[in-house]
Amino acid sequence: MKFRGSGTRTGGKIELMMTPMIDVVFQLLTFFIMTFKIVSPEGDFFIKMPLAAPSAGVPSDSQLPPIKVRLTAAAGGRLSGIYMSERRLGSFEELRQQVRLLVGDQAGPGGAGDAEVEFDCDYDLNYENVMKAITAVSGYVASDGRIIRLVEKIKFAPPRKE
Amino acid sequence: MRYGRGRQIPDAEGDMTPMIDMTFQLIAFFMILINFSEGDQNQLIRLPASELAKPPDTAPAYPITLQMTSKGTVFYGVEEYTLDGIVPILQVEKQLVERRGGDYRDTTIIIRADRYAKTGRVQELIRTCQSVGFEKFTLRAKQEST
Repeated sequence: MKFRGSGTRTGGKIELMMTPMIDVVFQLLTFFIMTFKIVSPEGDFFIKMPLAAPSAGVPSDSQLPPIKVRLTAAAGGRLSGIYMSERRLGSFEELRQQVRLLVGDQAGPGGAGDAEVEFDCDYDLNYENVMKAITAVSGYVASDGRIIRLVEKIKFAPPRKE
Repeated sequence: MRYGRGRQIPDAEGDMTPMIDMTFQLIAFFMILINFSEGDQNQLIRLPASELAKPPDTAPAYPITLQMTSKGTVFYGVEEYTLDGIVPILQVEKQLVERRGGDYRDTTIIIRADRYAKTGRVQELIRTCQSVGFEKFTLRAKQEST
């Protein structure tokens, strides 16, 4: 029996067509380079803002009153003053020191875990100042790079009129 | 003088293998790092920085990201709303969470407000969300290198 073409083919080298693959690969690479965006990491601060509950009743004796921090604004939303319990403070660093004095760095009863800060801010105050204040009362970065947490319960007083 | 006439010079072929290897590695690198969450990170919003802002260990169960511009308008996804205009959207989201069998009170509202937004507007946004029934809020900040 004779097979068609048998013995006529030579063992020639099969060459792959590289050009289309390289074209597609470079198009993919261009797409990814053009859409690449460096995004800086972001973090969250939890804010305790439950709905007003009249049935909540009188707070228990063990519940500490919130530390009241007042932030006032000058023209253009710039920060004009930081007050903690009616006392004027010079900077957010001083606010942090005062909070550390009040609640301490240690967790436990009466410690940072139980403490609560209430922010009372002027309507026009730039939001970045609030974030600086939240950072100041929330903790600090120790010399060894660890984050020491201070107050974790944060809330806002009702907004002031514009 | 003698010339090498008639001698066959082979075609010079570059070795493509290292280039293809490198290109595939670059593609793999960009594919892994590509970020499709455009809606969650509006480029109009310049977040305030905080040295304590660390990415959360666990993602919230039902997150809703609201982004407030310095003008006081709110972006949800790519659509821009006024404070009043966002209420129907939040009500729809609340119903969606309930239909999925979740509790809308477990929904976390992530607020990405511009650093120059008015604090009062941010508080009004929180109040608007509270009026719909949401209770959990987080304020987002950009991680600041220390």
